[in-house]
Amino acid sequence: MSERNDDRRKFLAAAAAGAGFVALAPGIRLVEIAAAKPDNEAVTARVRWGMLIDTTRCQTGCTECVSACNKENHLGEVKKPRTDAQWIRKIDLKELKTGRALSLPMMCQHCANPPCVDVCPTGASFKRADGIVLVDRHICIGCRYCMMACPYKARSFVHEPHTDQNPEVPRGQGCVEGCTLCVHRVDRGGTPACVEACAAAGHNAMLFGDLNDPESAIAKRVREVKTTQVRADLKLDLGVRYEGI
Amino acid sequence: MASASYVETQSRPAAFWGLLAAGGLFLLAAFAAFLHFEHSGHVVTGMDNQIVWGMPHVFAVFLIVAASGVLNVASIGSVFGKPIYKARAPLSGLLALAMMAGGLAVLAADLGRPDRLIVAMTHFNFKSIFALNMMFYSGFFAIVAAYLVTMMDRSLNGYSKIVGFLAFFWRLALTTATGSIFGFLIARTAYGSALMAPMFIIYSFAYGLAAFLIVQGSMYAWNGLTLDARILARMKNLLAVFVGAALYFTAVMHLTSLYFAKQTDYERFLLLDGGIYTTAFWLGQVVVGGILPLALIFAPGATQTRVIAASVLVVLGGLAQMFVTIVGGQAFPLEIFPGYAVSSTFQDGIVNSYSPVLGEFALGFGGIALAFLITVVAVRVLRFLPQDDFAALKAED
Amino acid sequence: MKAIAIAVLWGLTFAVAHAAEPGRAPLPAIEIAKPGQCVEPKDVIRRDHMKFLRHQRDLTMHEGIRTKKHSLNECISCHASPKTGSVIGEGGFCQSCHDYAAVKPDCWDCHQPKPGQKSVAGARP
Ligand code: SF4
Ligand code: SF4
Repeated sequence: MSERNDDRRKFLAAAAAGAGFVALAPGIRLVEIAAAKPDNEAVTARVRWGMLIDTTRCQTGCTECVSACNKENHLGEVKKPRTDAQWIRKIDLKELKTGRALSLPMMCQHCANPPCVDVCPTGASFKRADGIVLVDRHICIGCRYCMMACPYKARSFVHEPHTDQNPEVPRGQGCVEGCTLCVHRVDRGGTPACVEACAAAGHNAMLFGDLNDPESAIAKRVREVKTTQVRADLKLDLGVRYEGI
Repeated sequence: MASASYVETQSRPAAFWGLLAAGGLFLLAAFAAFLHFEHSGHVVTGMDNQIVWGMPHVFAVFLIVAASGVLNVASIGSVFGKPIYKARAPLSGLLALAMMAGGLAVLAADLGRPDRLIVAMTHFNFKSIFALNMMFYSGFFAIVAAYLVTMMDRSLNGYSKIVGFLAFFWRLALTTATGSIFGFLIARTAYGSALMAPMFIIYSFAYGLAAFLIVQGSMYAWNGLTLDARILARMKNLLAVFVGAALYFTAVMHLTSLYFAKQTDYERFLLLDGGIYTTAFWLGQVVVGGILPLALIFAPGATQTRVIAASVLVVLGGLAQMFVTIVGGQAFPLEIFPGYAVSSTFQDGIVNSYSPVLGEFALGFGGIALAFLITVVAVRVLRFLPQDDFAALKAED
Repeated sequence: MKAIAIAVLWGLTFAVAHAAEPGRAPLPAIEIAKPGQCVEPKDVIRRDHMKFLRHQRDLTMHEGIRTKKHSLNECISCHASPKTGSVIGEGGFCQSCHDYAAVKPDCWDCHQPKPGQKSVAGARP
């Protein structure tokens, strides 16, 4: 089977390369098609999806990423801040000693050693081979232990019934949920909605990619500049890193 | 113990049905609350994305912890061979089962998807201390039930000691596991202490014995009996030891926490300026649950009524302690960026508020009502009234 | 002559059994908006659709396998009612039959019963 997949990949790459020469906007399509995983292939640990957030570019008061997430995942606008789901939120920080102010998006950090997965009694919280941490709503019982365990308050409990789901992002009352890294887009070779929105707004503060691929933009950047894992003292090996804090 | 013979409890049908009706009413209210929450979602409760565990958990964890503690009475009888406790072992086992059932029912009723309870029982993540707890709870039921059978069926009496040992160790492990539910939450300052699990054991001793004394006192009163003064004296002294130990360990825990720089902010919150949580700690846990009962017990001439009053206070203090531990621990802001002041739409950096609705209390009281009903019915149909062997008691003196 | 394919789920056996005792629960009237070949033979999909869906659900959820054949969204895109646009509710393909069989799946607590356009995936840098 893997042999056949290899053939398939070679074919795709060749086709893409061919298309690249013909198409007017070559480079970007070439990369996209080569990186897209065939639908029938399982994700593997060869890939580790990650995100790098440059806080020096992130604008205070800008919420493009949050709106994009709410739109993509049909979370709706936050009307009841206590109970509405917030997969991504903007945090405004001020360093106590120096008074330096900054702003950044906070969401599930897709820990390699996720406490939410450790504590989940049913195994509903799990980490995919490629590092994306998800909740399997089919077996989540809504005990909220994972919310108690997450050091980043990255999870929300669905407090009300819902009917307006994105067909590709099922969600409903009584389960816990959080940032999926837009897994439904990533599996088809796309990027998370927040990253796209940040770039579209011209801020380019979010970089998404495969940390395991030494040639990827994110891997290069992480190699070149000092990046920070939030609460690194907990040693959770985060998939989301920050620059400039 | 061969000379001990069982005294039949008095039959007072009207009063018995009255008790059942009262308990049933609370259970009904809890069921109504449950249906309401499940239908509308947790948005109608006081719980939210910050205070994810509220009043139902306060009651549920209290009942579970007390359930494991109440079994202590039986353990003292069988493991340490004390006759007056041995006579109380069946009642202690029954209460343990009843309270465990009540606590678990509340826990299940508060799930987001209670319809998937079967999933919870068939999918296990063996790394999860929570799943481990569920296994401990089911094992608890089986072992305590077996223990009751070996005690009540004379042909099996010979096994009661060994099953009693098993029950003793099982309940120690169980309470450790319950305490560890909080100990494993590395992220939360409030639960960072390694003392969490052992402290739950001490608490369980006090709460369990208090619950036992309340039920025992009520049963004696119901049957127009008076508890032998020597027995009363011993049991109240034991309660005093447990309550004192709980107070002492609480003090040790907070003092050691004060020593760690990371914890000082939380300690200041809890002990000084945490509002309701500070009040619940000092007034509820320390005064009502500790100092007052000790005063009641040690003031000269303790009567049965006074011991019951002390026990009720210990229970109230226990609920306050659970409130402080569970809700207070979540109310204190989770520190994501140490050294920074933070603000967001997701209540970062602020003390979270929690105003429980009536239904949450109804759910909690429903758990107590379930335990109560199981006890009342079982005591009615089987012989659980302690049967003391006064000759042996005298010989021991 | 569209949609003559009135699918009577649970197959002939049921139809025969119920013909024998008329007046019991009415058979579900099911219209298929886009008649054609199902991904499995009729009797197989009637009997085992839940197994296929369950299997696919685990593959998609845990391994990111997103083949179309047994995907719930693909079922919906064929079977949504032209009137309501949904597979549940009045005349809904899924609900009519499940009502008849007194089965209450909890798919719709979370899943969207109406087909929707796929979101556009952005290019990766
Ligand atoms: S950030 Fe929180 S929800 Fe995300 S993987 Fe880590 S512990 Fe789990
Ligand atoms: S709420 Fe769901 S995902 Fe979270 S710990 Fe409980 S079962 Fe697991």
